[in-house]
Amino acid sequence: MKETSPLNLYKQLPQTNCQKCGETTCMAFASGLIARSKKIEECPPLVEEKKYAKKLAALKSIIAPELKMVYIGVGDKQLKVGGEDVMYRHQMTFFNKPPFAYDVTDNMEEAKLVERVKKVSTWKKFYIGKWERVEMIAVRSVTDDPAKFAACVKKVMENTDYPLILCSFNPAVLKAGLEVAGKARPLIYAANKDNWKEVAQLANDYKVPVTLSVPFDLDGLKSMAVTFAEMGLTDLILDPGTAPNGKMLQQTLLNFINLRRAAVEEAQRDIAYPVIALPINAWMTTDDPVRAAYWESVLTAAFTIRGAAIMVKHSVEAHSMMPDMHLRFNIYTDPRTPVQVKPGLYKVGNPGAESPVFVTTNFALTYYTVESDIASNGIDAYILSINTDGIGVQASVAGGQLTPVKIKDSMDETGFDWAGQKSAGLVLPGMAAKFSGELEDLFAGKAKIMVGPEDSGRISDWMKSFWPPK
Amino acid sequence: MAGKMTLSDLNKTLSEMNVQSLEGVKIEGDIEIELDAGAGGVGPLFAYYFGQEAAKIAMQLINFAKAVGYPVDALMQPVAVAQAVAPAPAGMVAAAAAAEPAFKVAAQLASAKFSVGTDKTWKLPIQEVTVGATKADGGSRGVVRKLGGEKAMAFFPDAPMPNAPKITMDVFDMPIGMAKAVKMHYEDVMGSPAEWAKKAVNKFGADLVTIHLISTDPLLKDTPPQEAVKVVEDVLQAVDVPICIGGSGNPDKDPILLAKAAEAAQGERALIASANLNMDWEMIGKACKDNGHVCLAWTQLEINSQKELNRKLMKVVGLPRESIVMDPTTAALAYGLDFAYTNMERIRLGALKGDDELTFPMSSGTTNAWGVREAWMVRSPNKEDSDWGDRMLRGPIWEIMTGFTLAMAGVDIFMMMHPMAVSYVHEITQSLMGLIEAKTPDTTGWLKMGV
Repeated sequence: MKETSPLNLYKQLPQTNCQKCGETTCMAFASGLIARSKKIEECPPLVEEKKYAKKLAALKSIIAPELKMVYIGVGDKQLKVGGEDVMYRHQMTFFNKPPFAYDVTDNMEEAKLVERVKKVSTWKKFYIGKWERVEMIAVRSVTDDPAKFAACVKKVMENTDYPLILCSFNPAVLKAGLEVAGKARPLIYAANKDNWKEVAQLANDYKVPVTLSVPFDLDGLKSMAVTFAEMGLTDLILDPGTAPNGKMLQQTLLNFINLRRAAVEEAQRDIAYPVIALPINAWMTTDDPVRAAYWESVLTAAFTIRGAAIMVKHSVEAHSMMPDMHLRFNIYTDPRTPVQVKPGLYKVGNPGAESPVFVTTNFALTYYTVESDIASNGIDAYILSINTDGIGVQASVAGGQLTPVKIKDSMDETGFDWAGQKSAGLVLPGMAAKFSGELEDLFAGKAKIMVGPEDSGRISDWMKSFWPPK
Repeated sequence: MAGKMTLSDLNKTLSEMNVQSLEGVKIEGDIEIELDAGAGGVGPLFAYYFGQEAAKIAMQLINFAKAVGYPVDALMQPVAVAQAVAPAPAGMVAAAAAAEPAFKVAAQLASAKFSVGTDKTWKLPIQEVTVGATKADGGSRGVVRKLGGEKAMAFFPDAPMPNAPKITMDVFDMPIGMAKAVKMHYEDVMGSPAEWAKKAVNKFGADLVTIHLISTDPLLKDTPPQEAVKVVEDVLQAVDVPICIGGSGNPDKDPILLAKAAEAAQGERALIASANLNMDWEMIGKACKDNGHVCLAWTQLEINSQKELNRKLMKVVGLPRESIVMDPTTAALAYGLDFAYTNMERIRLGALKGDDELTFPMSSGTTNAWGVREAWMVRSPNKEDSDWGDRMLRGPIWEIMTGFTLAMAGVDIFMMMHPMAVSYVHEITQSLMGLIEAKTPDTTGWLKMGV
């Protein structure tokens, strides 16, 4: 809840001072809500009487609790994990996309380790005007040897500034890793029922966030969270267990849903911590690397959609990273913000009298895709972005938001000087090919109307064959 | 100079004189210092440093006084000032540290119980729709497929899903262009819709098949409806699973075509795809009603249009509730999946919460995933992208992720193409329903696994 004034909550109460809640006034009850010593359910009229339904709904939305936000890492690579307010993205938005932590192990040969760290930390893909990247490295202790783990962590840190997860159940191993990486605020994985005392001490000594791992026992997980909170340790990540297959996989998803529900719908603060998912577990179900990678992506999708705040992953193949990154991007896109660019004429590179004008819509995905396809191939061109209310080419041609007249009017509004063009060519998206005849009439010879490729990824080839116009 | 100078004037003057160290200190009106005596109270160390801050401010004021010509030095003992801004004596620090409550590891774990409720706002179930009819029901299918019937969001704990999501595989009535990764599975049957349908069912595990009569498109072969629907009969002969019948998407011709197809498949309870607000939906809906089929109501990513079309099919055409399935449009992964996902999730939540114009099973044209460049292009058109790897592996996962994501939003039937994608979407959806037995490895084993 972000609200701090009881007055704003009081406005949503019955204001009858009926005292059924045990307080003498509604204002006192409002103060109790702020302090969390009172729950909405303790005001019977509000819950039971229909006339207060609107107020009840408003009040619930005001005091909706946040899932705790935990910071991992330091400096400009620091990550926010958790901090969510809703169950479904359309209710507001999901705020902090779950960081993907790709694993390395302390028994890797140095060259391979460095190669993998570099591959992960330089991976990038362009999408809707931005670069998608990986966020973290998870260092696993396979050897259980503190010295080897420390050396591995050191080597990783020499090759990346991405935040780390230090992974071991052995407190001595974790401590060795923290001696190297402690100041960079890594996440430690994990405290469990056997080691929690030592790990709690480490989390306190090094002031780092800590994962609590109590697989498939939500009572036990909550017990440990309560215990840690009482010790003053509240930068917690919960690991309720990620089973990669069978009936336990169903239970895994149910646990994720129930934890999110408890946090955001029922205001159970003592369990409202970010949850970690382990799609990497897919690799324990098969020896087939394609099968493992595909299944890891499927698990990633399930937990991206239903509430994981951070994930440990393994496959760094393109057929894993690309779909997983895109899915996460799509789910964490803010649905309240229309994904549009400003309509108008844009320059890519240094267009001049011999450059084409490409027509597209103002749907951000379409626009940035066309722009990057032109720019990354070193083509100098203009892009005319037409206001289609943020609808893509195919749909706006079908739905009437993109029409020949609209293209003509948009072009005229830019005041573009066709007479000054040596090669005057207006290039339609292939999906709008059917407009070419009408546009030729509208432009009446001022510009040649050309039909471009259906996918802008082929603009480069198209230019070779069709530009300049004959 | 004015006769009276307030503290905020002083502050302003100081800032004009570039007195850097006063930044962040704002003095306004009467000085009132509140110390938040919160959790730990004010420790001695805090008090010490607070005093030091005050001394620093005093120093600035002295400097300011000097700057405006007041003979400060004569009145001050420099030694005392120096002492006032020195670090706290070591003994004092130690004493303060000792006074702070030390971190203490708990002796034992607390004993807490976790519990959480279900969503009490979900009132209406989703209509269960049967596709296909056996001999007993006037058809010739060996099996029927039941869609919908949910009482909660897909895979949620509130209520079990009565029916697993179903997959209908695409069959076309003429050879079409498709991505290499898909084409390799159909090259041998591309000329024969009947063989194609058999392969989809017998080899790839399709729950249903969809025969798309695309050759009727005036821009393709412009096959007359009467002739095109013969293929429907071929497919009905070839397989005994229920079928879906699709048009070419031409809004003028589809109603006529689908009406003919509905007659040709009378009694088979096929899913007729699809009626849209931009075409003669009444004709299509009526053909479904008269011939005992299920009508697919297709709208474009807009919940209110979906309500309108459903309402028209029910109220104007008189289609029974158990004969409607919705296709709210599938925008694929990276090509607007967020819109498709949220549109479907909202439709399903709206239905469960009591909007009876939305309580129908949902269908997804998952094959749309193959239109996404990441699914089929050899390499990235953007030269700065990291390597895109093998497109033969990228394509199927693109279809899987598109389909499965929408399964989470509540889709009940998927129109799909790639055999591997079909198998994964079956497996994950059935796993999340608890229908698949498997030996689960130790879920903490990943820490030390050898991969």
